[in-house]
Amino acid sequence: MAIYHPKLDLLMSYAAGSSGESWGLAIATHMALCPDCRSIVSLAEEMGGSLLEDVAPEPMNSSSWEQLASQLGSPEAVQIASPETATPSAQPTFPEPLRRYVGNDAKDIPWKRLSGVGYQHLIPTRDLGQARLLKILAGRTIPQHGHRGRELTLVLSGFFSDHLGEFTRGDLEDTDEDLIHQPATSAHADCICLAVTDSPLRFTSLIPRLVQPFFRI
Amino acid sequence: MIGIAAVTSPEGMGLVRCGRRVQDNNSTVQSWTGNIVASEVSTADEPDLDTHLLRVTIDEDQIAFAILYARMAPRIKGLMMRLGTDAATAEELAQETMLRVWRKSALFNPKKASAATWIFAIARNLRIDRIRHEVRPELDPNDPALIPAPQLSAEDFVDARKRQERVRACLNDLPEYQRQVVGMSFVEGLSHQEIADRLDIPLGTVKSRLRLSFEKLRNMLRKF
Repeated sequence: MAIYHPKLDLLMSYAAGSSGESWGLAIATHMALCPDCRSIVSLAEEMGGSLLEDVAPEPMNSSSWEQLASQLGSPEAVQIASPETATPSAQPTFPEPLRRYVGNDAKDIPWKRLSGVGYQHLIPTRDLGQARLLKILAGRTIPQHGHRGRELTLVLSGFFSDHLGEFTRGDLEDTDEDLIHQPATSAHADCICLAVTDSPLRFTSLIPRLVQPFFRI
Repeated sequence: MIGIAAVTSPEGMGLVRCGRRVQDNNSTVQSWTGNIVASEVSTADEPDLDTHLLRVTIDEDQIAFAILYARMAPRIKGLMMRLGTDAATAEELAQETMLRVWRKSALFNPKKASAATWIFAIARNLRIDRIRHEVRPELDPNDPALIPAPQLSAEDFVDARKRQERVRACLNDLPEYQRQVVGMSFVEGLSHQEIADRLDIPLGTVKSRLRLSFEKLRNMLRKF
């Protein structure tokens, strides 16, 4: 179960519908792995429902109902979710909604090399944020860096740690521009994570700046 | 005839109940469109929205749907117009929201969300798609990778409609400066930065007002 979560403001903006696609991708993928954040978002949505009932009504045109009624037809039938299908062996590395962006299998991703520490794959989104998958090789340390803006890092497999904690599958590190950190992977396994940034990373010493171009959009 | 199809459900979360799917659709729709005009349906002393939506979910009850329409379509239209959308587009989006409510009604689960909230989520998603021209990534409740809640929390024992009544009471109790940002976020659909710009206050203040209002809500629900 996830221990590290997005901050409340992001969960609330996701519930209100204003988070933007890249951030929403990280939030919703974390929510798939985190029942606690699902219940926070559903409570925040109740605020929206309550306020909708108080919106001043704008009268509909008189023909509107008939137009709608003529299109009704039959409601869609649905399949009941069956917990039996959720056997651990069948668990994909990438939960939805991420899976529909990057596919089923980490091996099939067109990874691009990332300056000695691993690989990355940029995920096209239609907002200003930049989403990417990172595969940091086992036993590596990302050079110490700060951030020009907010960064979300959601672990999907493996493990990384920095001075704030140890992050495993489902954990989401939500950092802002004040954080300077030096994440390291475990010696035994590559770490695959989804990272969302709103601007390029900022490295604190000269040499790691060579790494920076690889993190740029 | 019983039709079962896999539906990925942007609007639904969690387990989906199996609504009754046996029906004679031709005859119901026919008698229905001829005789009833939604605006003429009285909504005074009527059961609540949730009861009506459940009737749609379980019985495909078109009269209940007409009542939902009369109550909610004008409000959804109002919601759409808050983002500066013209009346004709807002009207279309309100119609389309209600059409989705009908078509997806089997996904409504009164344990998970109140009717107003479920409808809000559909309207919100349509607004993101059509007005903001953005994509909203959503989880799939049937995903084998989804981690289920380990056990019911205390909040889960309160049905969603009662929970919503408390949410409403709590929102009405908020100080105006908090209620304002909650409204700008959920009703007007503005980002936190847009709210900060419009009110000419720091972004951090917007976030802390939202956080305080949410904490109040959560504490109030814990008390019951």
